Amino acid sequence: MFTELFDTYNWDEVKSSIYAKTKADVEHALNKNEKRNLEDFKALISPAAVPYLEHMAQLSHRLTQKRFGKTIQMYVPLYLSNECNNICTYCGFSFDNKLKRKTLTDAEILKEVQAIKELGYEHVLIVTGESNHNVGVPYLKNAIKLIKPHFSLVSMEVQPLEQPEYEELMEEGLHTVLVYQETYHKEDYKIHHPKGKKSNFNYRLETPDRLGMANAHKMGLGILIGLEDWRTDSFFTALHLSYLEKRYWKSKYTISFPRLRPAQGIIEPKVIMNDRELVQLICAYRIFNEEIELSISTRENENFRNNIIKLGITSMSAGSKTNPGGYAVEKESLEQFEISDERSPMEIERVIKSNNYEAVWKDWDQVLM
Amino acid sequence: MTKLKIGDKEFSSRLFTGTGKFSSSQLMEEALLASGSELVTVALKRVDIKSKEDDILKHLSHTQFNLLPNTSGVRTAKEAVFAAQLAREALQTNWLKLEIHPDPKYLLPDPIETLKAAEELVKLGFIVLPYIHADPVLCKRLEEVGVAAVMPLGSPIGSNKGLQTKQFLEIIIDQSNVPVIIDAGIGAPSHAAEAMEMGADAVLVNTAIAVSQNPVQMAIAFKMAVEAGRMAFEAKLATPKNFAEASSPLTSFLQD
Repeated sequence: MFTELFDTYNWDEVKSSIYAKTKADVEHALNKNEKRNLEDFKALISPAAVPYLEHMAQLSHRLTQKRFGKTIQMYVPLYLSNECNNICTYCGFSFDNKLKRKTLTDAEILKEVQAIKELGYEHVLIVTGESNHNVGVPYLKNAIKLIKPHFSLVSMEVQPLEQPEYEELMEEGLHTVLVYQETYHKEDYKIHHPKGKKSNFNYRLETPDRLGMANAHKMGLGILIGLEDWRTDSFFTALHLSYLEKRYWKSKYTISFPRLRPAQGIIEPKVIMNDRELVQLICAYRIFNEEIELSISTRENENFRNNIIKLGITSMSAGSKTNPGGYAVEKESLEQFEISDERSPMEIERVIKSNNYEAVWKDWDQVLM
Repeated sequence: MTKLKIGDKEFSSRLFTGTGKFSSSQLMEEALLASGSELVTVALKRVDIKSKEDDILKHLSHTQFNLLPNTSGVRTAKEAVFAAQLAREALQTNWLKLEIHPDPKYLLPDPIETLKAAEELVKLGFIVLPYIHADPVLCKRLEEVGVAAVMPLGSPIGSNKGLQTKQFLEIIIDQSNVPVIIDAGIGAPSHAAEAMEMGADAVLVNTAIAVSQNPVQMAIAFKMAVEAGRMAFEAKLATPKNFAEASSPLTSFLQD
């Protein structure tokens, strides 16, 4: 399990080694012909790499096109429930947040599906809070059964589950599972997650192992940017990725970069990551790992998203609603966070086209499961 | 130039092409038409086989093109056989590029599952073109189960690194009784020409055309390179000399 490898690292040591990287380290990483390693990744995300941003962007652009072509994959979230028993200091759905809780019924799910299909989507990401009583595996299984006939690919972002539970849901047609560690800072993780099942750091950390053992087609990793030093947290994400790729070589991997967004009743970010830094991180991932999928959501603003298309990103959402029922059933219910880019999927497709890229709606088929 | 025969079909063009990674279906159509390619491979996962209006298929409906559905995305022989049957039904062709790569990172083909699936698909009446590593023994085994051609890789898919497996490709070409199509890794027209000069029967190119700044022009460049390489092969290349002509021969005493 990853925890054994993770425990051999020390947060402060990793952090100081990143900040000690020099221009020579960065140039070595950039000029290399062979595969880049984790030390190169540290150099690429370090402050020493900041003057090389344009060079990194050019390289990232070329590598991404070589692997993924001139295409951007499209997906959209479908929030099924905002019920949650966890207290997370940064989340609008936190247990201690007073809001009207809502879990979609079968009829409501189908209504939402209809609205999403009208937007043109073939890839849907189902999202819930963690409420095992109301939104446990039986609920999810039923939801996937309802949703699957309408989409060529179903992804899921919910609480960590057991290996047999993942296997059960994959039997129903689940393809991808996203589970973000939020932060790899073990001590501060407890501060951000004081109550609920989510407060168990190691259980969450071993979730990708369970997914790998369940033979998941794809899994998504990430941190919530804003909680801790993003450079150190990103190193641990890359370490986690490298470990998983070697062990669970039949699974695909994708990384997201959510920056903490305002929502009702949550904390202010402890660390602000600016746009230049986010570009640096995206390019660093691409140069480090040519095959990794990189995803950007509607948390980012229009200008940033227009320009990030060519820099290394491979998938995007558009027209997202982050509240259960947001597409059709109950448009005004409380959202998990405010999105920054409210443009419709069709508008985003036009932006992608104007960059000379193609928006890919379908890249999977249920017959392949 | 001689025509290439695979299964029941004859091809004037020895350049086969892929349909992924283009910036639009329109541009894909223009580039593939310009390439002269008569066999184009389409990933089953990218097309909506239930829809008559599928964007990719619409742009490929030209008499020039024969469709070669591929099973990209499957991880086992069982999944491949299932996907192949759906492709046959939906696209009305029994031709199949058999791709089984359980490794989504390097997309390297699984030889064991591929052989298993090939055997079964041939029995089911498919014209099977398996994508494989440049493994001469595997090629013979596939030939034995009845595949129509073999498609060994030059280097990893999308790597543009050329014929890194050249030593093994030479053995495969020398030994094969079915057409040999070099697939994957061909990043420049010079790589394609090199493959054809070696005696490969055809090449399959995708990334190098799709990702170029000018896909139509690049498609034409590949067309010319494939033709030049084939022509050179048929005209018999002069063999490079390994030794200089000695001015004082050591064996002249044998003249009498």
